[in-house]
Amino acid sequence: MKVEVKHRKNKLGIVGWIGGGRFGAERYAYALHRLTGLGILAYFLLHIFVTGSRIGGRQSWESAMANFKTPLFKFGEFLVFLAFAYHALNGLRLIITELGFMLGKAQRPVFPYVTSVHRQRPLFIGLMIVAAIIIIFGGADFYFI
Amino acid sequence: MSETSAPEVQSSDLKVIKNVTFEILRYSPEKDEAPRAQKFQVPVIKGMTVLDGLLWIKENLDASLAYRSSCRMGVCGSCGMFINGLPRLACNNQIVHLNADTITIKPLPNYNIIRDLVPDLEGFFDKHESIQPYMIREQVEELNNPTGEFFQSPDELVDYIQFAYCIKCGLCLSACPTVATDDNFIGPQALAQAYRYNVDSRDEGAKEREEELYSSHGVWRCHFAGACSDVCPKGVDPAFAIQLLKQNMFMQKLHVHKQKPATHVIPWVAEHIPNEKIPKAPERTVK
Ligand code: HEM
Ligand code: SF4
Ligand code: FES
Repeated sequence: MKVEVKHRKNKLGIVGWIGGGRFGAERYAYALHRLTGLGILAYFLLHIFVTGSRIGGRQSWESAMANFKTPLFKFGEFLVFLAFAYHALNGLRLIITELGFMLGKAQRPVFPYVTSVHRQRPLFIGLMIVAAIIIIFGGADFYFI
Repeated sequence: MSETSAPEVQSSDLKVIKNVTFEILRYSPEKDEAPRAQKFQVPVIKGMTVLDGLLWIKENLDASLAYRSSCRMGVCGSCGMFINGLPRLACNNQIVHLNADTITIKPLPNYNIIRDLVPDLEGFFDKHESIQPYMIREQVEELNNPTGEFFQSPDELVDYIQFAYCIKCGLCLSACPTVATDDNFIGPQALAQAYRYNVDSRDEGAKEREEELYSSHGVWRCHFAGACSDVCPKGVDPAFAIQLLKQNMFMQKLHVHKQKPATHVIPWVAEHIPNEKIPKAPERTVK
C-alpha cells in the first residue's frame, strides 16, 4: 500500500541568497557579486541607449546629457563605480579560487577543521582592501576634484 | 590484568546550570496548514547537547515531537537541523556552547519537511547515487574476484581521505545558496564524493562521471559561496573538492591535465617474515 504523504516545501529561494543564516562573508559576497553584476549590466544597457542619442545630432546628445547633471544621477554613477570596483576585484578572486588555486592542499581532517574557505580568506580580505582604496580615491575624484 | 573503571559521576555534574527555551518549528501534515513555532523550557546540565534537550522534551513534555537521531555522536548523520542560524548536527553541539537563552530549531532548509524536524532526504541520496560513488575499474573481474590488493601509498590516501569522511548528513545542501534556487544542482555533497573517487589512485571512473559533473547542473553551478565547507561537521570541505573538479576540467581543456593510470594489483605476499618490532597484524578480512 502506498501512503500518500503531504510534504511541506521548505526551499529558501532567492531570499536564501541573502538571508539564510550566520554564514561566512563569502556567502554574502556571492549574493553581492550577482547583484553588482546585474547592476552593471543594467547600467551598461542604459549607457548604450543614451550614448546612442548621439546619432540624433548634437542637440539631442546635449539634452540627453542635461538629464544626468542632477546630484541623484551623479550619486547613481558613483554607485555604478562602487559596484564595478567590488565586482572586478571579487571577480578576480573567483577566477583564481574557482580554478582551484590558492586553496591549499588536501589533508587529513583534524579538528578544528581548516577549510579552503579559510585558506583563501587573506586573498579575499586583501582584494577587498584594494577595492576600498580604489573606491575612496575614486570617490574623492568623483566629488572633490 | 589491570582493571579500568569508568570515572565516577559527581553529583555536581548533574546540577542544573541554567534553563533555556527551545523554540521548535512544528509541522504535522495531518493537522497543520503551515509550520508553527512551539516553546519548551529545558533544564540544562553540564555537557548536554541540543539532541539531549530534544530527548528530554520528548520524554517529559511532548512525546509527539518528531526528529531523527541515531548515533548521538556525530557519525551517523541523522540529526541535521537548523539550530540558531546555522545548519548543524543536534548531537554535535552543546547547549552551553551556543551561548544563548533561546535555542531556535527548524528543520533543515532546502529539503521538504516530512514532520516537525524530519527532512525528506530522498532527493539528496538520489543525487549522491547519480555520480557513481564507488570504485570503477576497467577490469571488473578483479573487483568481483580479487587476486590481491590495489596498491595505494600513504600520500595517495591523503589526496582523498578528507572527502571520504562525509556522513551524508545533508547540512551542506541546506547552507548552499545555489541549492536554494536550483532543484537540479547536484550539490556539494555528491560533487565532493565524485572528486573523492576520481582522485582515488585505484579508481578509473573519471570518464564515466564526466557527463554528470560537467552538465549544466554540475560543478559550474557552484560560485564558491563556501557555506557548505563552513557548516560541514566532518571537515570534508566540499567547496574545495568542487573547485578542484573545475581545475581538472580546465587543465583537461588546456591539455595539461594528465590522468594518472590506476594503480596495479599487488598479489598477496606468499611468504612473509615477521619483524619482531612490529606488533602482529589482525587476521585478514579478505581470504
Ligand atoms: C574587470 C571586470 C570584470 C571581472 C573581473 C568580472 C568577473 C566575473 C566573474 C569571475 C564572474 C563569475 C562569478 C562566479 O562564478 O560566481 C562574473 C559574473 C558576472 N558578471 Fe562580471 N566581471 C567583470 C565585469 C562585468 C561587467 C562589466 C558586467 C556587466 C555588464 C558584469 C556582469 C556580470 C554578471 C551579470 C555576472 C553573473 C553573476 C552571477 O551569476 O552570479 N561583469 N563576473
Ligand atoms: S559533505 Fe559534510 S555537510 Fe555535506 S553531507 Fe557530507 S558530512 Fe554532511
Ligand atoms: S545522532 Fe548521529 S550524527 Fe547526530
